[in-house]
Amino acid sequence: MKKWILLSVVLIFVCVLPASAMHLSEGILPAPWAAFWFVVAIPFVAWGLRDLRRRSNVTPVFKPMVALIGAAVFVISCMPIPVPTAGSCSHPCGTGLAAILIGPQLTVLVTSVALLLQALFLSHGGLTTLGANITSMGIAGGFVGFGVFHLARKLGSPLWMAAFLAGMLSDWATYATTSFELASALHGSGSFLHMFVAVAVAFTPTQLPLGILEGVVSAGVYCFIVSRRPALLQSLRVVKAEAV
Amino acid sequence: MKKLLLYPLLILVLVVGGYFLLRRSSGKWAGVDETVVEKFARAAGHPPHRPLIDTEKGDLLLFCFLVAGILGGFVMGYCFHELFPPTTSSLTSKQPEAEPQLESSRP
Repeated sequence: MKKWILLSVVLIFVCVLPASAMHLSEGILPAPWAAFWFVVAIPFVAWGLRDLRRRSNVTPVFKPMVALIGAAVFVISCMPIPVPTAGSCSHPCGTGLAAILIGPQLTVLVTSVALLLQALFLSHGGLTTLGANITSMGIAGGFVGFGVFHLARKLGSPLWMAAFLAGMLSDWATYATTSFELASALHGSGSFLHMFVAVAVAFTPTQLPLGILEGVVSAGVYCFIVSRRPALLQSLRVVKAEAV
Repeated sequence: MKKLLLYPLLILVLVVGGYFLLRRSSGKWAGVDETVVEKFARAAGHPPHRPLIDTEKGDLLLFCFLVAGILGGFVMGYCFHELFPPTTSSLTSKQPEAEPQLESSRP
């Protein structure tokens, strides 16, 4: 565990270049909309804090585990990846994988910490748009990833496939929510639907392959944990003993 | 042994190949925040403004990371026992190594 934490800290300090991607920058959203997304995000963050307190009371070593996953989300959502099909860069989110491991409400919590640090130190995202970014990456990404993983498992999908779908669809859900946020705030006198589709289509050449890549990475990491530390997933109640 | 060599070699080929491919490419590799988000925001009359806390001035970012590292390290050290409580139950499947049986070795 200590080695993992050390590795994550080193990665955080190495990864100081600001990525350029879905995070909404400072000033893009009008003040009422920025405030609205804060109102949406705050109850989920509070829910995450409550869940962290409850679960770490039961298992005290759960707290460093959540911190470790928070560090992973921070690093993953900072990595600019060039996408040759689009000629531009974007980043994966890591929230699908986090949601599988620690649950969606704690994913919102670790995402809010990661986004706050990125806004403060890396000019990645913004403080006024923090609520909107938490909503798209933490809430939409986390809950979609968690829901898809468990739905796929219920439908009899193998673990790797469920993790792949969770990673891929959580990434796409994040960018769809960003499109929704932009369109709802900035459509003006034009059609909301028209702008939503336009933004989503503009994201597609970059995010379509990147979402698939995120799915592959999520499945790879998940299968690695299954093969090396199956008891970790059982103790986190991700899977039952007979499934691994 | 073969696997040990194969994986780093594969990664090396991918990294070197990717590097030369990207260098030869004429793409600007701007982020989607610039190519998508900012484009629509500017069109709607809401261009992004400078960050409220602008750390992109000289070595200010480095200083911020230094301060954050010192504070983080101090807090982590101060709360060490709370973060890593001395408990027998563990999240992992690894069994704790057996303690040396000092008592049994005594006559």
